[in-house]
Amino acid sequence: MSTPDTHSSARLSVLKTYKLYVGGKFPRSESGRVYEVTEAKSGQWLANAPLASRKDARDAVVAARKAFGGWSGATAYNRGQILYRIAEMLEGRREQFAAEVASAEGLSKAKAQARTDAAIDRWVWYAGWSDKLAQVVGGGNPVAGPFFNLSTPEPTGVVAVLAPRSSSLLGLVSVLAPVIVTGNTAVVVASKAAPLPALSLAEVLATSDLPGGVVNMLSGDTAELARPLAAHQDVNAIDLAGADAELAAELEGAAAENLKRVLRPDGDDWAAEPGLERMTAFLETKTVWHPIGA
Amino acid sequence: MPTDAAPRDAGRGSLSDVVTSDAALRRFLQGLPGVDAVGLEARAAALGTRSIKTTAKAYALDLAISMIDLTTLEGADTPGKVRSLCAKGARPDPGDRSTPRVAAICVYGDMAAVAKEALAELGAGEINVASVATAFPSGRAAMPVKLADTRDAVAAGADEIDMVIDRGAFLAGRYMQVFEEIQEVKAACGAAHLKVIFENGELATYDNIRRASWLAMLAGADFIKTSTGKVAVNATPPNTLLMLEAVRDFRAATGRQVGVKPAGGIRTAKDAIKYLVMVNETVGDDWLSPDWFRFGASSLLNDLLMQRQKLSTGRYSGPDYVTVD
Amino acid sequence: MNAKLFAYAPAPESRSVVEIASSYGLFIDGEFREAAAGKVFKTLAPASEEVLSEVAYGDEADVDAAVRAARAAFGAWSAMPGAERAKYLFRIARIVQERARELAVLETLDNGKPIRETRDADLPLVAAHFFYYAGWADKLAYAGCGPNPRALGVAAQVIPWNFPLLMLAWKVAPALAAGNTVVLKPAETTPLSALFFADICRQAGLPKGVVNIVTGDGATGASLVGHPDVNKVAFTGSTAVGKQIARTVAGTEKRLTLELGGKGANIVFEDAPLDQAVEGIVGGIFFNQGQVCCAGSRLLVQESVQEELLDALKRRLGTLRVGDPLDKNTDVGAINSAEQLARITELAEAGEAEGAQRWSPPCELPGEGYWFAPTVFTGVSQAHRIAREEIFGPVLSVLTFRTPDEAVAKANNTPYGLSAGIWTEKGSRILKLANQLRAGVVWANTFNKFDPTSPFGGYKESGYGREGGRHGLEAYLEHA
Repeated sequence: MSTPDTHSSARLSVLKTYKLYVGGKFPRSESGRVYEVTEAKSGQWLANAPLASRKDARDAVVAARKAFGGWSGATAYNRGQILYRIAEMLEGRREQFAAEVASAEGLSKAKAQARTDAAIDRWVWYAGWSDKLAQVVGGGNPVAGPFFNLSTPEPTGVVAVLAPRSSSLLGLVSVLAPVIVTGNTAVVVASKAAPLPALSLAEVLATSDLPGGVVNMLSGDTAELARPLAAHQDVNAIDLAGADAELAAELEGAAAENLKRVLRPDGDDWAAEPGLERMTAFLETKTVWHPIGA
Repeated sequence: MPTDAAPRDAGRGSLSDVVTSDAALRRFLQGLPGVDAVGLEARAAALGTRSIKTTAKAYALDLAISMIDLTTLEGADTPGKVRSLCAKGARPDPGDRSTPRVAAICVYGDMAAVAKEALAELGAGEINVASVATAFPSGRAAMPVKLADTRDAVAAGADEIDMVIDRGAFLAGRYMQVFEEIQEVKAACGAAHLKVIFENGELATYDNIRRASWLAMLAGADFIKTSTGKVAVNATPPNTLLMLEAVRDFRAATGRQVGVKPAGGIRTAKDAIKYLVMVNETVGDDWLSPDWFRFGASSLLNDLLMQRQKLSTGRYSGPDYVTVD
Repeated sequence: MNAKLFAYAPAPESRSVVEIASSYGLFIDGEFREAAAGKVFKTLAPASEEVLSEVAYGDEADVDAAVRAARAAFGAWSAMPGAERAKYLFRIARIVQERARELAVLETLDNGKPIRETRDADLPLVAAHFFYYAGWADKLAYAGCGPNPRALGVAAQVIPWNFPLLMLAWKVAPALAAGNTVVLKPAETTPLSALFFADICRQAGLPKGVVNIVTGDGATGASLVGHPDVNKVAFTGSTAVGKQIARTVAGTEKRLTLELGGKGANIVFEDAPLDQAVEGIVGGIFFNQGQVCCAGSRLLVQESVQEELLDALKRRLGTLRVGDPLDKNTDVGAINSAEQLARITELAEAGEAEGAQRWSPPCELPGEGYWFAPTVFTGVSQAHRIAREEIFGPVLSVLTFRTPDEAVAKANNTPYGLSAGIWTEKGSRILKLANQLRAGVVWANTFNKFDPTSPFGGYKESGYGREGGRHGLEAYLEHA
């Protein structure tokens, strides 16, 4: 549990050291820096989170790129199973996450529980899309000629994800799941103010058969990490959900250098059922032609 | 089975035609039936699910041991290392004299004499000495060098020569050059048996592996061998299955039987048994002997021995109960 | 023949993984109950003729009770948020995975098919179907049936004995995902896995009445599809029964899908990848003892490659292992019933009588149980009964052709239209033939492949409607 033991008792609790999640491992920041994370309402100290550096971001991109071939090449069925497994593992730690969300977002226990449950269900929702999206957004094209012509969606590659600032778990899952379900790999910058649910989620991901490097989780200063990611030539797309308007505009400009696919921030309502947009934003459409003739 | 080939005399005649010119050889090799990768891999995987128990397992373990070309091909090899490997091959399990000996000791050419002598001293003269040659593993040397390499090994007492083909020439489509190299090496071998290594990992496609198989067999190979053990992809069940199909079809077409040697990456008894199942169900009894099927391996032997001990004692064995040589 | 050097020792899968009760009731409204009239029937292991269990025989009254239970459950089930229905189906998928070996052994015992197939094909596909349709339950608006599609109501489902649990999955998973409730009648000779499925529903906490299982025979099935309060009928089985059902539902509001017989053509061109084609032919007709509606029961081989292919095929058939279905090395198991064996035998004899040449590899068949050796007929013409009638057994009829047009003409020259196979290295020819073949599934350089995402079903007298994929959902949804 992340909250320090406040009630007096015979036993002092064991506090967890929160770490980054890169390439399937849990390193500290190469910079050696940490920053203080506090309870949303009381301002009480919760933990020292790693203050990741641009070099951590660089390492995370390398890990994400390395994982891309295997993850995008896995069957859709396999990816769906793994996303569902994430939901199963998260369900098993439901209480822990509800407590972390409550202190991160300053919510009542009941509200935090509801958001945690919604986050679990969101993994389930996206898990089901893995082997259906191609049937909904792809298909045969009746071209005028003796050709077989088929369009299928394919993942775009490595996606940098700036997690929403305020919704520490539901918001995070709502931006992360649609990126990876289709076969992309992700470098996630967690909410600066509320990074602990994200860093704990990494522990869930690490025990859900998700190959290392598919999701890389960084905590730290959003702008400091986002700038090198937006400019990185080996990043294919960026989700700006966690950037304010000014930063988003700057990052979008930097992203133009290698024509990253950019998803602009779009409000902060994570309760509604998502549509397909967050998935299709990070997909390429590939069309294959083949002659027909005996 | 050899009678299968009898009605195919017409085929035999046409096969001697295919090596008359570069163009004819290329047409022939490119005209071989294609290989569907998915289907080939599925078949190999299906054969891998056979469950080999009790008496069948005992038979397979001993057969596998007797088929091993116990190998050391390191820059760090010394006469001492080679002698101890020979001792291991001659008496794989000192605690159990019923354990069969391996088929051959496989070394670099400069160690062939050492191996020959060591085996003789051990009273294990029936174990062959196999020597790699022709600028193993890359095959990148001038032809006179490759031939000298071969003659040296034979002169040092090698009973078998494991040559590598020129993959560059093969991939560039210079099939006749590869054909002639194999023929010349074969001539240099004299009485020694010739195994021709393709390096399947570098040939990359199954169609290429089938073509290389026919090319080598037409040129006189006694054995065709998957790989050197020195690259990322070595023997795999599908590429070995494909080569088994090739030797089967070649015998049907010509009446001549050729052996197969998967090498590299086969480390467990379980893996070895999968290969024997493939042999059994693809080419059958005629190839179930060290004369026609070999494993190029080193660590495989100890796993086979541990499995063998398990069968005889009922207890799982451990690495402390087999010798490290 | 000499004794084989490398003869595989028996490798039987353990029976102890499954516990079969001495009797089973009907599963209605969330509980097992005896049949109203108290009648029972026995189910046998076709490999040994051993009685496995005694099963309640459902009659009209039992069917009525089951339909009432399904009707009562329909309101809450269809009104439940899709995400919650999805979670029930995910649970079922997971429990199927967890209990896969038990179910595989059970299916092998009751059906006679090899454990290799139930373990490696049937059960993984069952779980996959539930996973796939679980994911649809909260995405129905994307299924192509309008923005707000509705469930149909009570689905009456009658399934065959060749893939008992898999056919159940094909029917139950999409029906539940779409919000329907079901009454399912398993085949008379293979009722057990459906009854075990009832227990999986219990473990998953599925609300009572959502799934009801009524065991019985053809009369039970007829009562079910004829029941006035069912909204949807789904049937997999013979074309003759399918036609009867179509007549029964005529003039009602019931929706109907039928997945019936076939006489699939497996077309091999001279430029085919021959070793893989041989595997595809073997898998196409000897998988599940040929008791597959989409079996490649007619081999159409180009004359120029006929001899080479048949030699290779016969050599390969010599390695098929026929025998104890529970042995992990068995390739071909028992025929499902004495009745089916009689039909196969009769048609094979007709083939011989009509002048086709019959060949089987040497193989010893067990003394007990229902067995039929893998059989190949050569010299078959389109006029022979074995080229026209569905044999539903391990019997391959070999015909030849000279040109692509002739291959297509022969392949299409049948009232059926379920499946076809094409073997050639030439992609454009594959696509041309695929366009010309009147069959619901065309496999190229492969055969008998199934996946929950891929629609399956026939043209012509092979039935109508599709199972699997987004299309499979349409069969259980009303556009809105």
